[in-house]
Amino acid sequence: MKGLAFALLLLPSVSMASGGGAMESAQIDLSDKAALQRGASLYMSYCSSCHSLSYQRYSRMGEDLGLTQEQVEQNLIYSDAKIGENIVTGMDPVKAEAWMGKAPPDLSVVARTKAEGADWIYNYLRTFYVDESRPTGWNNAVFPGASMPHVLWEMQGVQHAVTEPKQKLPNGEEEPCHKGEFQGRCITGFVVPEGQKGTMDAEQYDRVARDLSAFLAYTGEPAALKRESMGVWVVLFLAFFTLLAYLLKAEYWRDVH
Amino acid sequence: MNFLERAINGGMDWVNERAPALMPVYRKHMTEYYAPKNFNLWYYFGVLSMLVLINQIVTGIYLTMFYKPSAMEAFASVEYIMRDVSGGWLIRYMHSTGASLFFIVIYLHMFRALIYGSHQKPRELVWILGMLIFLSLMAEAFMGYVLPWGQMSYWGAQVIINLFGAIPVIGGDLTEWIRGDYLVSDATLNRFFALHVVALPLVILLLVVLHLGALHEVGSNNPDGVDIKKLKDKATGIPLDGIAFHPYYTVKDTFGASFFLTIAAFILFFVPTMGGLFLEHDNFIQANPMVTPLHIKPVWYFTPYYAMLRAVPDKLLGVITMGGAVMILFLLPWLDRSPVKSIRYRSMISKVMIGLFVVSFVSLGYLGMQAGSTTQTLVARVLTIFYFAFFVFMPFWTRLGATKPVPERVTMHD
Repeated sequence: MKGLAFALLLLPSVSMASGGGAMESAQIDLSDKAALQRGASLYMSYCSSCHSLSYQRYSRMGEDLGLTQEQVEQNLIYSDAKIGENIVTGMDPVKAEAWMGKAPPDLSVVARTKAEGADWIYNYLRTFYVDESRPTGWNNAVFPGASMPHVLWEMQGVQHAVTEPKQKLPNGEEEPCHKGEFQGRCITGFVVPEGQKGTMDAEQYDRVARDLSAFLAYTGEPAALKRESMGVWVVLFLAFFTLLAYLLKAEYWRDVH
Repeated sequence: MNFLERAINGGMDWVNERAPALMPVYRKHMTEYYAPKNFNLWYYFGVLSMLVLINQIVTGIYLTMFYKPSAMEAFASVEYIMRDVSGGWLIRYMHSTGASLFFIVIYLHMFRALIYGSHQKPRELVWILGMLIFLSLMAEAFMGYVLPWGQMSYWGAQVIINLFGAIPVIGGDLTEWIRGDYLVSDATLNRFFALHVVALPLVILLLVVLHLGALHEVGSNNPDGVDIKKLKDKATGIPLDGIAFHPYYTVKDTFGASFFLTIAAFILFFVPTMGGLFLEHDNFIQANPMVTPLHIKPVWYFTPYYAMLRAVPDKLLGVITMGGAVMILFLLPWLDRSPVKSIRYRSMISKVMIGLFVVSFVSLGYLGMQAGSTTQTLVARVLTIFYFAFFVFMPFWTRLGATKPVPERVTMHD
């Protein structure tokens, strides 16, 4: 009874915590090497000039993604770095802070810093919209006030937020917006006006966002590629060993009553 | 006799001639230590905590070969272990998952004592030594959590060390002395590393030896709370309900340990962060003294005490409450006045109280992880009061109600 009353008390807080629950699943698949390779390529072309992956080596990435040293050197190293070096941007963090207000963070483990993991990145990359009040001219629904401009706009096109007035709750309070807030109104979706279209349609752009999210999920934990496949065998072995140990115990304990 | 047997026997004779006191010690603690034959599931957690302790020591030694105890390098060195050291991720997860599993088995081990009255006379010393292990383990875990030098490591250390600042007069100087600096810094990380890898493991190992030594002096309790030494075989002097620890319990514990390892492996390989419980999301961000995380909270195993700390509006009283919540456990053998040991024969009121205690402890653990709304703080206050009332009034409620008759011999349920 006490437990039940207690659970009821906690209910509002639980639903509040998931209030921003409009995140779409990226449905990444870490076993899809091709997707990770595309993600790596996109990352190196569009992200790596500002964002380091300073805990990750080019060689580790090549090995894990099934690429040869030549393939990595020719396609993924844009600086004069050697294959065994870490993936570091050439940007001076002090200057970067002066240019953008905040030095672009290292993204090696960014996917692990969010409860939503790679899904957060996927949604972040898809919800940039025009906001003239921001220094960069861009805002983001997942991360309001983000310092980063929409680097991938040429692909996605120029998104504008579609909004509606905030809903009133029965108790007179305003209902919190589920997909973010813009100019005091709730965002319901985005449109790309004719003439501002990108080089890709929505589906193609979603794949770009998904591949990048998958790649960052991989750099967050390279061991994730082999962890589960190895785990299956370890758990099976231990389960079998437990059975043997049980039979041994039963044999020894036959005379205990 | 074949060659192998002759070699083994010869070798044993060689050792026995030179150290004749060894075999009697082995017999006393293994082949002639008579444990009650009716141990149930709850009796695995002692040996499992030893297993986890060994895991922590072995994986810990491996980690220290690659970890750098410096504020500049600590975070990166952990990521280096996770990526570039071969098998490093596995060792690190064994250590981090092991830490959480350590507390799970220790809490269950302590709960076992509570429900079967293992702390009661004549095992008070066993309980006290066990509590000292628990205290050392809390210090060990806290300092270990600082080492990866993530945001939660840093700010968790900041919050916990600042608690000592609530002590009147010496508080300020004391916190500075603990940190070795005006704020949590490289100096703090260095000393916590020393304490985590050398000092506290030595203390814990010594206490474990004493805990087992004290236990083997008085013998193990059992789920019926029956003293098996009362009825002995007249000819041999062996308790009628006792069986030799080796081979009976070594083989049974092998089964228990492998079952436990199966579950542990599942966690390690499939949910190593346990959705942010075993490894917190914020701890994947490098420590930054300039940025305070939105919501500082300890790892799950400290959250019941953390909830009690926050439930008290005054800082010093909060610290006293939190410390008192752990310290009061030391008094358990003298607070418990129940005429019977085991919950099987205790009164209904005792069973209800212990049930409510579990609910309140687990709920406090949950509340300690939350941001702490007004309602949550109110609930935490009620539960904190209950937590202390449970112990303070224990001398009274343990004597209330009718107990069931305790049988002469232990009961077997299989």
